[in-house]
Amino acid sequence: MKDDICVVVETLRGEVTDTTFSMLAAGRELANGLNTGLTALLVGHEVQGLAQNLGAADKVACIESSALVDFNPEAYLRVIAECLKAEPPRVVLFGSTAMGTDLACGIAMQLNAPVITSCRTVAVEDGLPTYACLTCGGKIVAQGPIPGPMCVVIVMPGGYKAEQGRIDKTPAVYALATPAVDGARTVFNQYIEPEVTDVDITKESILVSVGRGIQNQDNIELAEKLAAVLGGVVSGSRPVVDQGWLPTPRMVGKSGKMVKPKLYLAVGISGAPEHLEGIPEAETMIAINTDEKAPIFDVAHYGTTADAVELLPALTEKLKQA
Amino acid sequence: MDIIVPIKFVPDLVEELEIDDSTGLLDRTFVRMIPNELDEHALEQALLLKEKQGGTVTVITLDYGDVDEALFTAKAKGADRIIKISGDDFDQGVDNHATTAILQQAISDIPFDLVLTGTQAVDDLDGSVGPLLAARLGLPYVGYIVRVASDNGTLTVAKEYPGGLTAEIDVTMPAVLGIQAAEKPPRYVVTSLVMEAMKSATIDEQGAGERADEPLAEVSGMAIPESGAHAEMIAGDAQEVAEALIGVMREKGIVG
Repeated sequence: MKDDICVVVETLRGEVTDTTFSMLAAGRELANGLNTGLTALLVGHEVQGLAQNLGAADKVACIESSALVDFNPEAYLRVIAECLKAEPPRVVLFGSTAMGTDLACGIAMQLNAPVITSCRTVAVEDGLPTYACLTCGGKIVAQGPIPGPMCVVIVMPGGYKAEQGRIDKTPAVYALATPAVDGARTVFNQYIEPEVTDVDITKESILVSVGRGIQNQDNIELAEKLAAVLGGVVSGSRPVVDQGWLPTPRMVGKSGKMVKPKLYLAVGISGAPEHLEGIPEAETMIAINTDEKAPIFDVAHYGTTADAVELLPALTEKLKQA
Repeated sequence: MDIIVPIKFVPDLVEELEIDDSTGLLDRTFVRMIPNELDEHALEQALLLKEKQGGTVTVITLDYGDVDEALFTAKAKGADRIIKISGDDFDQGVDNHATTAILQQAISDIPFDLVLTGTQAVDDLDGSVGPLLAARLGLPYVGYIVRVASDNGTLTVAKEYPGGLTAEIDVTMPAVLGIQAAEKPPRYVVTSLVMEAMKSATIDEQGAGERADEPLAEVSGMAIPESGAHAEMIAGDAQEVAEALIGVMREKGIVG
């Protein structure tokens, strides 16, 4: 692992997450460019069997303990920091996720290494590794070198597709000694399953999805009416759900659902990276947003800056007449 | 329960962002700075806990300019103490390493059970305030939190995973938590109460002390992203755009 590129694998309920494969793709890019190895660090309980999925890596280093069954922020942080201290890699990759962001900063501070957030892509130019981050809600790209001797990088999905990190090879697997994990001040209790609802937005073929640009709760009705004539349902972005305007199971994006409708009509959604993570598979995307520079227009197929409050009723009426 | 809520100010993304040609970085001249949205959720969660458990809420921010109104608004919402830290190099933005070093010093004599921050801020480049501050304080950190409950001194939080799954985790206090969403939308407070706070409350003003250099990744340049693709834009009034969009939906076989 020393001087390698190291990907800290994320598992949730016994499965390797998609974000891990995006990280492996980024890690492969760096390892190839720097002519070094790619090590996947796999932490958990009885996880060696998962190593066969990690063919993008040259080696899989496993830390196993019955105290590490489910993600426990402080216990995981301690064991990973100990391992990395013993054999410092050149670059350590974490996911921009609920797990990765609990670990990356604390580990970077312990190792006295810089940390780079929201990294979308990496590259090696003239032997020098570089990063490109998407910041300010996707409106700015920040770039620079990945400094040595060691750097922690938090990778957001989007730059690399998970498929790029799924490589059908058998990596070398070895066990690392498990550092002490007792006395952690965080303790995992249980999972709480998502609410079960009558509408499952992941199975709907038409979604009228509303964002902050819908302005107020009363305007949600305009989206409901349009969805009804289209034979679809209303979904939304995080701010709308946090305001209590839509129930949580209707949320699309990083912490919500991944959807794959035939039509995704994004109404007043700016297109922050967290939201775009939920819609890579929308077949046709139409965006309505008064901000002509909104990042949503970079991924939508069709767009308009017309005012949604006028446009939605016009669409509803015309579809009714048709 | 005594809670500290650091508020970070970030560029208002509703405004157009521009790159300064001379530095290659974000041009901060006309950028409007507003409180980070998730920090507003952290404040709301702190106020909800105070209402249930008693205790105090202290709100603290670096003086990026024009922060007083946000502090008085926090006071009007129910914060007990509002603190502003000034420094002579804050106007070009303060990275999260420096921010947390300054916060660590500023809160060193304030007893607390919890620090609540937003899980992330929209302009984070060098980590996030919550986990960096936790590392400096030697405290546990858990982020992506959507519920916080406390029973006889045991703190239980709900941490959010994709798809609406959450994990229930017990946390020993003192601790730092990253809030993803407060249990209720951040409360609204009428202007008259903010005005009243401006008259009656005092902002505790402190200066930032010396801070050591730490390893940071250099940002060599910023750019407005140029995407390979762009939506085909449809112009016109609502009626014309509606006609055109229905045409698109017909073409794609979405409507008959």
